[in-house]
Amino acid sequence: MSAEPAYKKVFGWPDSLKRNPTHYCPGCGHSIAHRLVAECLDEMGLREITIGVPPVGCAVLAYNYFNFDMVEAPHGRALAVATGIKRVRPDRFVLTYQGDGDLAAIGTAETIHAANRGEEISTIFINNAIYGMTGGQMAPTTVLGQEATTAPGGRDPKLHGRPIDISRMLAVTDGAVYIERCALSSIKGIRRAKKAIRKSFQCQVDHLGFSLVELLSPCPTNWKLSPKGAWQWVNDVLSKTYPPGVLKDTTGYEDEKI
Amino acid sequence: MVGEAAVRAGCRYYFGYPITPQNELPEYLSGRLPELGGTFIQAESEIASINMVLGAAAAGGRAMTSSSSPGIALKQEGISYMAGMELPGVIVNMMRGGPGLGNIAPSAADYFQATRGGGNGDYRTPVLAPAGCQELAELVFVAFDLADKYRTPVVILGDGLMGQVMEPVVFPDFIDLKDLPKKDWILDGCKGREPKALFSLLLDLEKLRDHNLHLQDKYDRITAEEQRLETHMVEDAEIIVVAYGTAARIAESAIEELRGENLAAGLFRPITLWPYPKEHLRRLARKDRKIAVFELSLGQMVEDVILSVGERTEIYFYGVPGGVIPTPAEIADFIRSAVKGDGKFARRVEV
Repeated sequence: MSAEPAYKKVFGWPDSLKRNPTHYCPGCGHSIAHRLVAECLDEMGLREITIGVPPVGCAVLAYNYFNFDMVEAPHGRALAVATGIKRVRPDRFVLTYQGDGDLAAIGTAETIHAANRGEEISTIFINNAIYGMTGGQMAPTTVLGQEATTAPGGRDPKLHGRPIDISRMLAVTDGAVYIERCALSSIKGIRRAKKAIRKSFQCQVDHLGFSLVELLSPCPTNWKLSPKGAWQWVNDVLSKTYPPGVLKDTTGYEDEKI
Repeated sequence: MVGEAAVRAGCRYYFGYPITPQNELPEYLSGRLPELGGTFIQAESEIASINMVLGAAAAGGRAMTSSSSPGIALKQEGISYMAGMELPGVIVNMMRGGPGLGNIAPSAADYFQATRGGGNGDYRTPVLAPAGCQELAELVFVAFDLADKYRTPVVILGDGLMGQVMEPVVFPDFIDLKDLPKKDWILDGCKGREPKALFSLLLDLEKLRDHNLHLQDKYDRITAEEQRLETHMVEDAEIIVVAYGTAARIAESAIEELRGENLAAGLFRPITLWPYPKEHLRRLARKDRKIAVFELSLGQMVEDVILSVGERTEIYFYGVPGGVIPTPAEIADFIRSAVKGDGKFARRVEV
């Protein structure tokens, strides 16, 4: 009688993550997002055919943490670089991982046009409503009233303009097949985010077109909150300007399959 | 023309944004590349175009972009990154009048932009300057090979005249992509090996210093091995005209005319503007032989001539800006004036 294994591995270090400690601050959403991306790549068997493009910003060194091929892009240009890669290697899995300054300010044109062309690329969009790496300046997604080092007294629509909901803008492009916003500020939200990332990756595997998952992501350091307080702020404030949910889905997937 | 030369040289990926005077190139490739299983993208901007070239190069493709002066200004960011990340690519600049929007007439005012690098950092890009369509077609092949050999962006510096003129051209044969040296540094997924990353960010001071020294070694090798130039009737010349591109063709006609008057003029035409063929020009500079620099700008390449010639002999300059193309007769006047040293058309350059 053959011995059944006594234990089943239910949790471990994903192959898609290197065993390097990250430089991210305590309570930062990047660590969670990295792990979700890595788990999905592992589970879908994509790691060895993946080429990733990190942003300029806090995750600029993502190639030190992600255990797959990566190529740097100038600030905002990740989706142009990813387009070049994907057109040369349509058989490879190409993802960009970008922050709000990268994707929704300096890279707005690259983002909208890659989506509109329907590039078969998956984009992970980290929205923490602040410039983290440079030290807390106003982001395009900074919400009204939110303090930033370049918006003293809080974001004032008359002085600084209003926050931009780029995911909603992308949802109206014909080339985007799936856009979802999730919040990394609760266990439920994190689980939902993983499902969304898997679905986005599936879109690319099935050659459906462009997809993006926006992750509302805590930045306790620049929000000047505790990690717990930062989760609360995502739920109470950030989620009001950017309500989580599916903004576009023309995939035809039944959710339980993902 | 450049487009057909590019596909024959193995280019299968073109990314660009329309600007006059070079639209014939993307228009041609938009039809030609799909026939060969390649990709043509009319991007949303010049910035996006060069970054698509960057991505395509990282994935191992022979990629190019093209533009004209103000558009090339926008590509400088990507060129600097490609230099830092050591990625090959070909950038064609069909120069027009500047600064700013300037005009759409042929000019050569982007010599500094091309040879000094408009992007940030300590880097160089090889710059090839053809003087006619046949040479342009041949230099496209050279550009792709140099780019791959040295893992560097390479600039082809033409002008609006070359971008739009019709001349008969004999195209070199198609290369076989399978014959190209294998690139072991490209990103294609980490199956069976450790993951790789391509980046220019080196926060560690010593690492960035060492990276810059490594790049400099490469630039020294290019300088030693890749200079190109052409001379015409310099052996017995009492005056040598130094000019490149379209200006060199005008100068050549002027020189023929002056030879008929028994004025022994010759032509020195750099084809690589970086690396500049300094040594060769220096060897030709003698006390009894003047140097006359003619440019379709108000004096940019003349600085490299000064660096090459120094005080060995007298240097004269004549420049025409703004996209105005002078006649050979005008250049003959300049050369005569330089020979006499009368200051009428030829301005003596202080060294």
